[in-house]
Amino acid sequence: MTTMTDPPKGEGFRLSQLIYDTRYRSITIQVIALLVFMMFAAFLIRNTIINLETLGKDIDFSFLGYSSNYDINQRLIPYVSSDTHLRAAVVGLLNTLLVAFMGCILATVIGVIAGVLRLSKNWLTAKIMTVYVETFRNIPVLLWILAFMAVLSESLPVPRAFKGADATASMWLWDSVAVTNRGTYIPMPIWGANSAFVVVTFLLSLLGMWMFSKYALRRFEATGKILPTFWIKLAIFVVPSVVVYFILGRPIGLSYPEFKGFNFTGGLHLRNSMLALWLALSFYTGSYIAEIVRSGILAVSQGQTEAAYALGLRPSRTMNLVILPQALRVIIPPLISQYLNLTKNSSLALAVGYMDLRSTLGGTTLNTTGRELEAMLLMMLMYLVVSLFISSSMNLYNKAVKLKER
Amino acid sequence: MSDTHAQTVAYVRDTMLDQKPAPRSQVGAIRWVRENLFSGWFNSILTLVSIYVIFNIVAGSLPWMVGGVWHAESLSECRDILNAKFGNTHYACWAVLTERWNQLLYGFYPETEYWRANLAFFLMLAAIAPILFDALPRKLLWISLAFPFLMVWLVWGGSVWGPVGAAIGFAIGALVMTALARYGDVPAMFGAVLAAVVWWLFIGPSVMGGVESLLPIGHLKEVESRELGGFMICVIIGIAGIALSLPIGVILALGRQSDLFIVKIICVGFIEFIRGVPLITLLFTASLILNYFLPPNTNFDLTIRVIIMVTMFASAYMAEVIRGGLAALPKGQYEAADALGLDYWKAQRLIIMPQALKISIPGIVNTFIGLFKDTTLVMFIGIFDMLGLSNAIRANSAWNGIYWELFIFIGLVFWASCFAMSQYSQWLERKLRTDHH
Repeated sequence: MTTMTDPPKGEGFRLSQLIYDTRYRSITIQVIALLVFMMFAAFLIRNTIINLETLGKDIDFSFLGYSSNYDINQRLIPYVSSDTHLRAAVVGLLNTLLVAFMGCILATVIGVIAGVLRLSKNWLTAKIMTVYVETFRNIPVLLWILAFMAVLSESLPVPRAFKGADATASMWLWDSVAVTNRGTYIPMPIWGANSAFVVVTFLLSLLGMWMFSKYALRRFEATGKILPTFWIKLAIFVVPSVVVYFILGRPIGLSYPEFKGFNFTGGLHLRNSMLALWLALSFYTGSYIAEIVRSGILAVSQGQTEAAYALGLRPSRTMNLVILPQALRVIIPPLISQYLNLTKNSSLALAVGYMDLRSTLGGTTLNTTGRELEAMLLMMLMYLVVSLFISSSMNLYNKAVKLKER
Repeated sequence: MSDTHAQTVAYVRDTMLDQKPAPRSQVGAIRWVRENLFSGWFNSILTLVSIYVIFNIVAGSLPWMVGGVWHAESLSECRDILNAKFGNTHYACWAVLTERWNQLLYGFYPETEYWRANLAFFLMLAAIAPILFDALPRKLLWISLAFPFLMVWLVWGGSVWGPVGAAIGFAIGALVMTALARYGDVPAMFGAVLAAVVWWLFIGPSVMGGVESLLPIGHLKEVESRELGGFMICVIIGIAGIALSLPIGVILALGRQSDLFIVKIICVGFIEFIRGVPLITLLFTASLILNYFLPPNTNFDLTIRVIIMVTMFASAYMAEVIRGGLAALPKGQYEAADALGLDYWKAQRLIIMPQALKISIPGIVNTFIGLFKDTTLVMFIGIFDMLGLSNAIRANSAWNGIYWELFIFIGLVFWASCFAMSQYSQWLERKLRTDHH
């Protein structure tokens, strides 16, 4: 049988088929696209080579091995100014990850609270949350970062105000936290000789909690009997660590900040730059997460709640077993992109002088070595790897909670 | 039996009683308060906490705002006035706004030329209006078409014939496209682009140069890009980015959904790369290393470089939003378009895109809002937007130490713009809704 789409018999391949025959056209288009793309890339590369030649430069990453000669005031790993540029970049990357990680946690907490309260039956609370969400969403995050920085550095007491008998400022939480305009000082744990045992015990108790919940679920499925999981888990969480802590003679101590001379010493010094960036990013992203949480809860239809009540489930169980699992599926994909946005927005650290990846590798290193091309490429690559890592790991989690369809 | 019954009933009501009013606690304000503010112990605590929060915010900021000084030359003068008036300085100094509002809005634009910026702004509103509201007369769309060229001429100044030449190029392209339409979409598009490029590169400059020497009219004082700033530069970058990122985003989304492997790879690579890096690194690329990639000795305006980078950034996000819209469309729509015998572009234009874009309106507008807010990032590469200017104003000894008045002004400007956009998107969503809920 011959249909209209069959090619006429007895004729060979004609050139016009490359355009008019749908079987060949896609190949034609792709070849042209590839050629155009390669020509464009060649154009860029050729320009770069010519430009570098006229400037007498080359592409050389050996600057990463040279001594950096600048200080980084906030670091998670040991670093001195005689260390290499590569180490400075790693310190910056860790600072980026630190503020991004803390920001994601705080933003989630704020977002969930605000999102749930916006659905609250309390008119006043719902309105306050609406105002919070609309205010933070519609004003640039950069302005928030600068504003938080201004609050911390302009309106907090100077360290001197804590001094002497006529102190105008006082420390919080039983003299353990000092909030000053030069940063916040909090107690710092001091790891004593046997503290490793306590930490190991704590990690083991986490493992125990996980195994217990598996056991409880298995038992529930086999026998239908429900264990009071919450209290047992709480006991596993607290008791072993505390017992070991006291048996070993309290190996983990706290160093409290104290006012000496002109400033606080001891304790952990949280710089204003980090606090401002952290709080601003968290509140800004929190307003987006609030909307995500709210729409996620609203997306679960009312009939689900009614069905759960009809089955005799209590409201708390309805929330845990029926509403949340369904809402999470709606919430998680946009939540991932908010985490990504927060991580990328942390590059605005520049505005407050927090030494993140952009300020070390893309800032001081770039300026002192004059290696713009290499430093920018490396920095973009690092951000790209971080972003892809976050999105792929969150996508894995998303896949785990996704509705299992055919 | 009926007798006894008749005698036991002493009284039978023969009229209806008037309805009694509902109990005091079940009507009006009291009922509303009981239901919405004090319906349980948790609810009552929430209400009390809320009242406490509101009271603190209002008590802290209202006297500060209302008692503020509106006329002073410097912060110290401001404080003198406040000291004389209240005995302390816990009040706002709005004088910085009355002194510097023009700088915050126009940057370092020459003061004699403010009318041009204002005119461009009102033309922008007139150009956007018919696009936003289809109830307006369609003739207004001509303003929208002419606006880009008018704006470039008004803002940057120079000869009117340059922008006119650019516009003629587009007109020639459109004419060629209609003329070649019967040979199919692809040849028409190709011919149009070719004709326009030939005009812009080879014919246009000499023709427009000749016209200018014959008719030397419409020459405005030229303004350098570095003189632009304030809210103005945000609007220019924002509008340009918004107008360009939507079509590019559509093309990228189609490319990503396409069956053509190589096209798909290129689009996915571009989108994932742009979405994986912060905008600020792209802006630094624009200001530091873009020159490496361009032919030697080309040097074009920083504003245009920023617009290109912001557009690339926004279009990658736009592509993902539109891809979501495309994915949400039932497969039947594609099959129906095929069944009608429409080719790819006709199907996209008539069936797929109108529905996909409608689904993605909230995401599109969110991307626009994000883009507009991100224009503040240009402060890092030496363009004086409002935030950059607030730092510059603070650097001046007269206003050293002033924060909140400037932040509140900038925040209000952005808040109003972004809130208007989100309200428009909600209105449009309601208007385009076709299901009946």
